Amino acid sequence: MSWSQGELVAAAYAVVFFFVLVYVAIIAAKLVRLQRETAELVELARGKPGVDA
Amino acid sequence: MGLALVLALIVAPEDADQGISQRIFYIHVPIALTAYFCFGLGAVKALLLLWRGDERYDLESYVAIHQGTIFGALTLITGSIWARASWGVWWTWSSNQLVLFLVLFLFYCAYFMLRFSLEEGQRRARSSAVYALFGVALIPVSFLAIRLADDFIHPTVFTRDGPQMSATMFTTFLVAWAAVTLLAYVLYRVELAGKRLDADLRELREALQ
Repeated sequence: MSWSQGELVAAAYAVVFFFVLVYVAIIAAKLVRLQRETAELVELARGKPGVDA
Repeated sequence: MGLALVLALIVAPEDADQGISQRIFYIHVPIALTAYFCFGLGAVKALLLLWRGDERYDLESYVAIHQGTIFGALTLITGSIWARASWGVWWTWSSNQLVLFLVLFLFYCAYFMLRFSLEEGQRRARSSAVYALFGVALIPVSFLAIRLADDFIHPTVFTRDGPQMSATMFTTFLVAWAAVTLLAYVLYRVELAGKRLDADLRELREALQ
């Protein structure tokens, strides 16, 4: 398959953009999980005697 | 990052020798330099862990090496695309710099295998730190390979006489380098904060249960 030079330049920049996008998506997914875990721990702490909500 | 893209893709003049494919230089070289910097930072943090014994440096070293590996993968991919555009091949084993960078990248990939094969704790932190310190020796070898060997395939742009490019091209390169460094710094801080929060929550869960 033959690629023009312009297509290869676009591909190089697109790959970097795609990597950053995937990285940010992974971080975002992790933050959602941490947010959920924090909420669970808050609920757990509220159930403990002597902990004020 | 936006400014760097505009400068690299629109403002910077086309190279008389390589044509439009030279524009890959503005993303490939800053990414490669950032990868070297991240690996170096990982080694510095590893040294601090071994010297001071503070456990927080273990996570900082790990995150820096993780960033370095991501930027290293991007260096290999963008370099391969540039090679296809300039030399007509995706890869060549005759270029010392390419092969040495691949060795450096694979060495740091093995860092994760070592790290995740050991149980969490001081032993893992120290073993990872020693491995990261060994890897730092490969950085100058990889970086200087092109100057030490008779390699005419991979171009040398920065010589003792200064950068071999026009002022606009050099400014574009500097802006792109600053943008990629800033991106790496932000990603490093975000990943580190996420991992620290994860560890804190695990500790809190154990305390509550």
